[in-house]
Amino acid sequence: MDTNSPMDTFTIAGRLFSSRLMIGTGKFPSAAALRAAIEASGSEIVTVALRRVDLNSPEHQSILSAIDPKKQLILPNTSGAQTAEEALKLARLARASGLEPWIKLELTPEPRYLLPDPIQTLRAAEQLVKEGFVVLPYIQADPVLAKRLEEVGTATVMPLGAPIGSNRGVQTKEMIRIIIEQAHVPVVVDAGLGAPSHAAEAMELGADAVLVNTALSDARDHGAMAKAFALATTAGRMAYLAGLGPQRSLAAASSPLTGFLFNQD
Amino acid sequence: MTFEAYLNEWPETLVQEQYATLSERQVEAALSADRRTPENLLALLSPAALPFLEAMAQEANKQTRRQFGRTVSLYAPIYLSNVCGSNCLYCSFSTVNAGKETRTTLTPTQIEDECRTLAKEGFSSVLLLTGDAVHAAPPEYIAQACTIARRWFSSVAVEVYSMTQEEYHLLCTHGLDGVTLYQETYHKPTYLDMHRSGRKRDFSFRLEALERAANAGVRRLGAGVLLGLYKWRVDAFWLALHARWLQTRCWNSTIALSFPRLKHTPSAFNPPFPVSDINMVQMILALRLFLPESPFYLSTREAPSFRDKLLPLGITAMSAGSSTRPGGYAAPTSPTLEQFQIEDVRTVAEIKTFIEKSGYDPVWKDYDQAFTEAVPKQLQ
Repeated sequence: MDTNSPMDTFTIAGRLFSSRLMIGTGKFPSAAALRAAIEASGSEIVTVALRRVDLNSPEHQSILSAIDPKKQLILPNTSGAQTAEEALKLARLARASGLEPWIKLELTPEPRYLLPDPIQTLRAAEQLVKEGFVVLPYIQADPVLAKRLEEVGTATVMPLGAPIGSNRGVQTKEMIRIIIEQAHVPVVVDAGLGAPSHAAEAMELGADAVLVNTALSDARDHGAMAKAFALATTAGRMAYLAGLGPQRSLAAASSPLTGFLFNQD
Repeated sequence: MTFEAYLNEWPETLVQEQYATLSERQVEAALSADRRTPENLLALLSPAALPFLEAMAQEANKQTRRQFGRTVSLYAPIYLSNVCGSNCLYCSFSTVNAGKETRTTLTPTQIEDECRTLAKEGFSSVLLLTGDAVHAAPPEYIAQACTIARRWFSSVAVEVYSMTQEEYHLLCTHGLDGVTLYQETYHKPTYLDMHRSGRKRDFSFRLEALERAANAGVRRLGAGVLLGLYKWRVDAFWLALHARWLQTRCWNSTIALSFPRLKHTPSAFNPPFPVSDINMVQMILALRLFLPESPFYLSTREAPSFRDKLLPLGITAMSAGSSTRPGGYAAPTSPTLEQFQIEDVRTVAEIKTFIEKSGYDPVWKDYDQAFTEAVPKQLQ
């Protein structure tokens, strides 16, 4: 399939997307920089931390002014929440303010590495699904947790490649491979992707999409880096669809040592 | 084990011995380390690191940007009271300062006026302060102030006397999410010499206070030393040990650092160990490299030109348009006693413009009321 054709779309909760690159909006130096990144990325899903915005009084808010709701779905996230109850409160407030009932669950009880709490995430996901939310949970790359979340009805799973902001790439590769193999919902690799090659690697593994923030906000040229990530995401997707050659752990020797066993004379 | 017992494992003689023997090679190793150890930190704080300040600055800038992005949080202090029951040699609020300026404790209406004025400026994060006076500003009074402030701001912290866990919990149920409490100095003999009388004289009770606050549910902790009271290389190291200790024991809480430097003090008091600009920069850089995830606060105590230069070196939060006297926002000309004279007198708008021109996004709101324990119904 040609990834540039409109055929290579993917669906979350019945909604069609053609861009497989999602953007986080934190850490940018200005609304203009964020806008440049969003536009160059072609992204259709942009996530916003509810703790950073006051949905009731939009003055003083550079983040929301950078998003064009006609082109991008605003995906509110619960970053900063430490318990399921806090995440539920945030999600309900976001929906009450008029946003679509989509929520990226981020439950990070320790503020240093911002690693997700599996127990609180599962609890919150179950409740939010019951309340009719489209739930996209940020999780440790844990294949069993991914299945548990799928069972309670989340729309995706979003395993981390490495800690948020670490730029270390897909450190959890083996586990993400298993998650992708078993998933019946889209798998979005979120966090840790610090270079376009990391995004390509995640897509080559068969991820449905990737989410990037720090790598873009920390770039000298935000738009150019966003474009580079968009191209890498597409390249990785194309390679996955084209069928990558298997990796061999042994070399295929051109002068075999056991060839004599099969020689005719 | 208590933190005080742990602190005693790093006596000053041991720290000084390290400073005397550390070489440039150990500084280079500390600079290139990934996660840094206390030994790495000693190297970065040592005199041997002075030729490496630029390399440290580049690395500190990179780490801060990776963790916090190009953003600076803005906050404002609100002085609730300048009545004080302690005698701290360096402080204007001290009981022995019998100046003519008024001592006062704000009424609920006055607190509301201060909040309204600051909220109009755009603030979403405030720090409530009092003197060390339980009689004038008891925990119940501070709890009431938290309730009022929470109507206006998404994040409310206090910088008051050290409390019991129950008292901190009371404040949490009234909307508190942060506690800032400087140990002033971790050098006990100096601490006792500086704090001649009053509740604050209890070194250990103060030293354990941030842990009590975290156990009560406080999510943002702020630590610091009053620069100038003791040798900064020693106190900064002990401060960093305290921050690391809190990070692993109070793992749900964020540990922030501030760098208050004594400048304008009551005339009879001269800081015994003055801290120069170079010292201050080395300290901030070394601490940033040791604690890459900690928010670093910088108040209006420092001059505008110096604050501007410190911003890219690891600072992540700044106060703006501050007043250090009770009622100073709603009634700027009131003759009440201020705690210290601020040097950065720029308006909030001027500081916001400066931050933007420096390539940073000023962040007003970085917390949500959803994270703070629900206020009991009868108080809403």
